[in-house]
Amino acid sequence: MARNHAGQFYSGFNRLGPWCSPSGSPAPLSCETGCGEGSWILVCRLLVPTQVSLLSMEEDIDTRKINNSFLRDHSYATEADIISTVEFNHTGELLATGDKGGRVVIFQREQESKNQVHRRGEYNVYSTFQSHEPEFDYLKSLEIEEKINKIRWLPQQNAAYFLLSTNDKTVKLWKVSERDKRPEGYNLKDEEGRLRDPATITTLRVPVLRPMDLMVEATPRRVFANAHTYHINSISVNSDYETYMSADDLRINLWNFEITNQSFNIVDIKPANMEELTEVITAAEFHPHHCNSFVYSSSKGTIRLCDMRASALCDRHSKFFEEPEDPSNRSFFSEIISSISDVKFSHSGRYIMTRDYLTVKVWDLNMENRPIETYQVHDYLRSKLCSLYENDCIFDKFECVWNGSDSVIMTGSYNNFFRMFDRNTKRDVTLEASRENSKPRAILKPRKVCVGGKRRKDEISVDSLDFSKKILHTAWHPSENIIAVAATNNLYIFQDKVN
Amino acid sequence: MGTMFARGLKRKSAEDGEDVEGGLAGTQATPSYSLQRQSLLDMSLVKLQLCHMLVEPNLCRSVLIANTVRQIQEEMTQDGTWRVLAPQAAGRAPLDRLVSTEILCRSVREQEGERPAADVGDGRTPGLVPGLSAVPSAQALRSPQSSLWEVDSSRENRGGFQKSLDQIFETLESKTPGSVEELFSDVDSSYYDLDAVLTGMVGSTQSGHGSGLQAFTAVATPPPGSSCRSDLGELDHAVEILVET
Repeated sequence: MARNHAGQFYSGFNRLGPWCSPSGSPAPLSCETGCGEGSWILVCRLLVPTQVSLLSMEEDIDTRKINNSFLRDHSYATEADIISTVEFNHTGELLATGDKGGRVVIFQREQESKNQVHRRGEYNVYSTFQSHEPEFDYLKSLEIEEKINKIRWLPQQNAAYFLLSTNDKTVKLWKVSERDKRPEGYNLKDEEGRLRDPATITTLRVPVLRPMDLMVEATPRRVFANAHTYHINSISVNSDYETYMSADDLRINLWNFEITNQSFNIVDIKPANMEELTEVITAAEFHPHHCNSFVYSSSKGTIRLCDMRASALCDRHSKFFEEPEDPSNRSFFSEIISSISDVKFSHSGRYIMTRDYLTVKVWDLNMENRPIETYQVHDYLRSKLCSLYENDCIFDKFECVWNGSDSVIMTGSYNNFFRMFDRNTKRDVTLEASRENSKPRAILKPRKVCVGGKRRKDEISVDSLDFSKKILHTAWHPSENIIAVAATNNLYIFQDKVN
Repeated sequence: MGTMFARGLKRKSAEDGEDVEGGLAGTQATPSYSLQRQSLLDMSLVKLQLCHMLVEPNLCRSVLIANTVRQIQEEMTQDGTWRVLAPQAAGRAPLDRLVSTEILCRSVREQEGERPAADVGDGRTPGLVPGLSAVPSAQALRSPQSSLWEVDSSRENRGGFQKSLDQIFETLESKTPGSVEELFSDVDSSYYDLDAVLTGMVGSTQSGHGSGLQAFTAVATPPPGSSCRSDLGELDHAVEILVET
């Protein structure tokens, strides 16, 4: 049952060096006591290496790109390591993270082997590349952040992997492929690549492919730029695998993967007079099966389902989801906390889940007037809204995810807490992603926030919560109970102990 | 974490004498609520101002804060606590602020907006400050937040152009209700249209249609009392960049 193995920790060296591979005994942590929603154990914690310098090594194609260090205050160098997006691919074999410094790091699941069963579920670094560089828009005199806002994988169609990554303005399609053979035996050049004098060649040979150390290369295959005036908040791959959409604050564009110099504008909510602007788009996603349908959420807490067959410009929705306001909870902050930060279709395509500041809601596509389920994430913050407005925390955009069977939903909170809600049993659990609380051999202990009155031994009071430690990004393996939780520059991978 | 208001800040109708704040004594509800509401308004305005950073401001956040300000303003109007300030008080802008405000020729838009304080600046003539649009200081003050949605103005703001909360307040109070719309000028996508830039229609962003041609049309008939003259140096620079790329 319980094994005495140390937890697995990775530490990186510098931006150019590879992350070190796991050494020592690699077992996941395990323990005795169970908790709430199944038992979750820490598989591994992955650290993002501090970026010493972000000098770009590549030639600048765009003359407007400038050296990152010119703009960045070096005291914030580590801020670049903050993970800004996490996403499993469709099989769960790969896990991609994007960070504030514009890098993408892809982890690959450890292959299962008979003599090392306990290693299953671990993820190791597979590839690291710089996806986006900081840019400077000279006309606006503004910096364009290189922070990766979203990563979305394409379904695998050949040996290579493809993903979309985006910052505020530009979407890129990356191809990640392996190379484990190289040709040897050229006639005109020798093994070091130097040209041979043709006069010295007396025989001809046919080059053969010989094995080499595995090399993973990432190459940008498409760059979709200059289509967004405002900041891109979402990208979503269509189920036809030929198109995808990118959404910014006021517009949504439809792209074909093959065409980079054109995109179709399918939603435009920019008012003719900007003085009338009161609502923005906050998230958007394609239906998982119907390639003509998509939803987008707004800062007013509404969701619109659109059908691209209806018209070229989908300004008129097919369905409009909005919950009537609760008059007893009305305050000056009502609108702000109703703003939806994330919207996700269930895998089945029957439901959508939305996250606003205090709750997660599940909606049935067939019922527009209210959600079918509402889960309180951290209702104890309701009395603190003014302070949270003052320190800007009220604008934090939390994401939410479904598990593979759509039976459990998960979202993050503060103090490195994250919450899971079982839709069937109606039970929920609060867990914490922090190194202090991950003892070896320990299952994640459920956490509880004490709202008032006597605080029990293991509870934490609302006023002691650390609001700088927020879990905004989480991901759930498509078919197994493996979750990835991003806490600042740490990536935690947890697994259901039952596995 | 700073001041914390019990149960957020609930809206309270003027006739309703119920105590809003659970933790306060019943008799203290009204003045304390006004104080807290005012404090929230102050905070919101400061937040809007702080949007002018090196990176483009988060539009969603700005919209939500602006909506909050609007809510407060509407309620204060209903309460009758939204005061209208005398125009004279708005005339104390320092000269350097006047200069920096006019760099991007926003006088056209301000002229088209409400002008309760227009009388103050009538004495000035367009030719008084060569190379710049002459806008009375009152008008310069009138829309300190007009650059909220405008990305191009961030250049001047980063140049150290800090508007004080007082000045913003005066401005808001000097307008009629509904003047919050003045806070949002157009994000000038038209600014970056080649047509708009090359024809000097840089400041004509009030049309907001995002089309260079339309912007041109909108400014074809400039309002009286002011000339829309863009800073020529700025225009040259912009053209230089365009030509180089």
